[in-house]
Amino acid sequence: MLAKRIIPCLDIKDGRTVKGVNFVNLRDAGDPVELGQFYAEQGADELVFLDISATEEKRRTLAELVYHVAEKVDIPFTVGGGISSVDDVGMLLKNGADKVSINSSAVKNPDLINELVAKFGSQCIVVAIDAKQIGGEWKVHLVGGKVPTDLDLFEWAKEVEKRGAGEILFTSMNHDGTKNGFANEALAKLSDLVNIPIIASGGAGNMKHFADTFIDGKADAALAASVFHFKEIAIKDLKKELKQRGIPVRI
Amino acid sequence: MKLVIIDYGAGNIQSIQFAFQRLGVDAVLTHDKEEIMKADKVIFPGVGEASSAMQKLCESGLDKIIPDLKQPVLGICLGMQLMCNSSEEGDTKGLGIFDTEVVKFKSPQPLKGGLKVPQIGWNEIKNLKTDLFHGVSENDYIYLVHSYYAPICNETIAVANYGLDYSAALAKDNFYGVQFHPEKSSKVGARILDNFLRM
Repeated sequence: MLAKRIIPCLDIKDGRTVKGVNFVNLRDAGDPVELGQFYAEQGADELVFLDISATEEKRRTLAELVYHVAEKVDIPFTVGGGISSVDDVGMLLKNGADKVSINSSAVKNPDLINELVAKFGSQCIVVAIDAKQIGGEWKVHLVGGKVPTDLDLFEWAKEVEKRGAGEILFTSMNHDGTKNGFANEALAKLSDLVNIPIIASGGAGNMKHFADTFIDGKADAALAASVFHFKEIAIKDLKKELKQRGIPVRI
Repeated sequence: MKLVIIDYGAGNIQSIQFAFQRLGVDAVLTHDKEEIMKADKVIFPGVGEASSAMQKLCESGLDKIIPDLKQPVLGICLGMQLMCNSSEEGDTKGLGIFDTEVVKFKSPQPLKGGLKVPQIGWNEIKNLKTDLFHGVSENDYIYLVHSYYAPICNETIAVANYGLDYSAALAKDNFYGVQFHPEKSSKVGARILDNFLRM
């Protein structure tokens, strides 16, 4: 049986791991390659590296980091953050990334999804969507959640599926950083609406939250950062707990 | 020992090279026919769309030499699929090494339980046959990403289930093919690659 995936997310700035709480207030949390290896050994199913640096050097630094991660880490990983061209994606995949995630650039130019899928295949194109519930409606936000748009989360999800994306990484900005659980209602609706895997992100605070998002939220994978980085939840314990609750996980 | 990875412009070859490096073996990336034919072991990778990958093989003439290789050959993911008779993806013929056709997971029916396509993630392998799986246990997890699959056939040496049972691996004579990514399947994957090196 296909296992539900646990995915630690490593926010990267200038080649170092940091963690944003509600997308601001960064704290250094170590070396990305070492941390990636550590999580792989602890039983993480995948890793996401999200580059939030905005320097001129960014592209080269990220490509180098991807190469070093691929060298050492024996589980799949996704790279995201400011990726906006076919060339960027080509370089990251060539250096050993398994998937790339695009976000703002896909909203600004939806044809980019089609171009990437045609060139590299659906399997490696993840569309990340940051959304916030405002007055009962889920609106897509850009640039790490800073810029609101009129785009509806569910309409956008359907469109990215139609354009060939292989997965959707949905972050609820209402839940991110709260540690009160994932946005399970919206996640379940997404899962019913599209037929590609959905990664839940934003809100993990305890082990039950993960179980809830797999059962109530129908998520295929769950992503979290600080609960793992600050050792509040050990992945091994989390997987044991999920297995006891009857959720298929790789142990 | 000389290990080559066939480089024909379709695949995440870097990860495979790194996986062998972790096992202490330097694999050579090449599309040179002589070099491929002289190698002790050959890896035939592939990621992407079947018909365009097949076209690349035909343009380089590699489609002619691969089926005649005598040393152990391991096809990975799309590589395995291209070793079959044909693929529904882009309606292309394959290399005809494995006597089966590659077809698409139909969604949402007849897949049960609203399974999603592509299948992405870790799944179990069972009914393991051949030394490729020496030291690997029934129901160990491996990492897969795919929308197309080879049905169960006489050459099936490992089975996975995604709505239905299908071939997670195939073997015929000196040819092996795995639908999963051993280079990304943690310790289980490393064991399988190590077993291949010992063939």
